[in-house]
Amino acid sequence: MSETTATSSGSVTGAEIRLENVTKQYAGQKVAAVGDLTLTIPAGEIAMFVGPSGCGKTTSLKMINRLIEPTSGTIMIGGEDSRKRSADELRRTIGYVIQGGSLFPHMTVAKNIALVPKLLGWDDDRIKKRTDELLDLVSLDPSRYRDRYPRELSGGQQQRVGVARGLAADPPVVLMDEPFGAVDPITRQRLQDELLAIQRELRKTIVCVTHDIDEAIKMGDRILILQEGAQVAQYDTPEVVLGSPANEFVEDFVGSGSALKQLSLARVDEVGTFPQTTAKIGESSAEVIQRAQAAGHRSVVVLDERNRPVGWPWLRQLKGEKIVQSEHAPDAIDRRATLNDALDVMLVNGHGGAVVTDAGGAYFGVVDFTSVTDQMRAMQEKAHEVSNG
Amino acid sequence: MADVATAPNAQADARERTGRKRGPKLDAEQLIELFGIPLIVVVGFVAFAIWRNTATLDSVETNALPWNSIWIQLREHVVLTAVGAMITVVIAVPLGIALTRPGLKRAAPVVVGVANAGQAAPAIGLIVLLAIWFGFGFWTAIVALVLYAVLPVLRNTIVGLQAVDPTLVEAGRGIGMSNLMVLRRIELPLALPVIMSGVRTALVLLVGTAALATFINGGGLGGLLNTGITLFRFPVIVAAAVLIALLALLIEWLGQVLELVFRPKGI
Ligand SMILES: Nc1ncnc2c1ncn2[C@@H]1O[C@H](COP(=O)(O)OP(=O)(O)OP(=O)(O)O)[C@@H](O)[C@H]1O
Ligand SMILES: [Mg+2]
Repeated sequence: MSETTATSSGSVTGAEIRLENVTKQYAGQKVAAVGDLTLTIPAGEIAMFVGPSGCGKTTSLKMINRLIEPTSGTIMIGGEDSRKRSADELRRTIGYVIQGGSLFPHMTVAKNIALVPKLLGWDDDRIKKRTDELLDLVSLDPSRYRDRYPRELSGGQQQRVGVARGLAADPPVVLMDEPFGAVDPITRQRLQDELLAIQRELRKTIVCVTHDIDEAIKMGDRILILQEGAQVAQYDTPEVVLGSPANEFVEDFVGSGSALKQLSLARVDEVGTFPQTTAKIGESSAEVIQRAQAAGHRSVVVLDERNRPVGWPWLRQLKGEKIVQSEHAPDAIDRRATLNDALDVMLVNGHGGAVVTDAGGAYFGVVDFTSVTDQMRAMQEKAHEVSNG
Repeated sequence: MADVATAPNAQADARERTGRKRGPKLDAEQLIELFGIPLIVVVGFVAFAIWRNTATLDSVETNALPWNSIWIQLREHVVLTAVGAMITVVIAVPLGIALTRPGLKRAAPVVVGVANAGQAAPAIGLIVLLAIWFGFGFWTAIVALVLYAVLPVLRNTIVGLQAVDPTLVEAGRGIGMSNLMVLRRIELPLALPVIMSGVRTALVLLVGTAALATFINGGGLGGLLNTGITLFRFPVIVAAAVLIALLALLIEWLGQVLELVFRPKGI
């Protein structure tokens, strides 16, 4: 997905993963759980594995770090056969994140994160620095959280620590098995956004198994859709998977709302925002109305002293002499929010648009319905072009 | 990711802080046991000492209850219990570990079954049988005691290890810990509370069964009891029973303390 690459800020630290004719046949089973899977995951990309339950996603993933040994076939990581080193050594260079974080309950947050660096023989100072750095990276205040035990954290926080543990020794490859499966939808969305932000910096190669096609679309540079026996139904960018599913299976799997799902692909940033007339609390209403009318706006965004949006009244609602604090602040969305999130907000506020804020919560602009639908149309056309050659 | 969603994070934190518990969680019952039992034992022993020194005893009774032989038997009893417990742990824990490893996993139910049946056999019978086999004395008594006490520790070691969440074991393997490291740093610490409660059960069994050691010249407070019975002296029997009971209480209390001390923080 070229857009992601273009907007990425860090340089690639990931390594390419190649599976060549990989097969796994469990003892006592007639059909192979994974049958002859060949796949290349480019360095620095996120590959999402999706497919129905039992299709072999987890098995495929675990063969990469040799938690499961393939029956046949080769797996190359960074151009090197994964069997060249012992399985334990290999795994110390591959991050592993599983559902719920799987933190060790008898170790503090810091100890959990420090495990792999310890195994690699880092000295204590370096480990301590790294631990704090990672906690910062996953938005947990080190001084507050490092000495806590996992049971003293919420599910979402445990999951964050799980991600930090996976990244601890700065591995080029990170494997995730339904990492956000155990948290509520709101937390999941936030964790996804956080992971994407981290990935923009780090550019690891991430292989992530999920049940959730929406998660795959949102997170993946590529999506691997698997059928029974880990047969590849389609392996392509989210745009192409949505725009031109390879077969009926993919079509069914992606679901009928695939046009709508494209909304998870684009970010508010990419659509562009408009400036809207703004007003500070305490300003003269008459002046503000004049200013808005001159700009051709029928509403104004009211900002507080720190530039955060606190109201979005229509001009006719500005009755008093001065601008006052509105009863409730508009639901603002982050610049990085998906169009899906943006539409959600638009549909409830009656403005046919949404107020956009930057990372610090300060006013950034307004995004409107028309630009979102335009973007959708453009994406669909592009997907068709790509698939037609 | 510091740039995303910092504010909602803070909210979530506030929510979690209120629901957060810290420190060891001891309920009232545990506290009473922890401090009450040593108190009972001390009071009981002082009462016994006062009774022994002031009660009017006939010459037979006085001869049966000299302080120095009480001390000797008490010490023998403690030694029987302690040595028995140590050997029990040294045998049962590694065996329990072995029986939860992939290779021997299937043997676990068989071994536990045999041990179960063994424990159902009357202790006195076991002791006498062993004496016929090995001869009389301290070490035969120890063998009998260990055979008797191994089961709870073995069973709890197996159960404790089996109860460790397999995803944690896999997480350990997945981040590059060897099998041995996973056992030492994850499985055993997490199973320790269950293992220790087996040890506590074993201690209680040991301190009671050690009273039978005297029948094969193994020593212990059973000697006093036996003297009382053969001499038909009720005060001596009661004195011996009280001493054994006090010791058992104390050992049980020790087991509790061990359980608390060995419980890993965080679980
Ligand atoms: N250890 C095992 N022994 C035997 N069969 C197994 C084992 N692990 C998985 N399987 C089988 O292999 C197939 C693929 O399993 P796998 O766990 O990879 O599926 P999955 O795609 O991750 O499913 P889910 O979405 O439910 O997690 C299934 O049919 C499963 O029953
Ligand atoms: Mg799975």
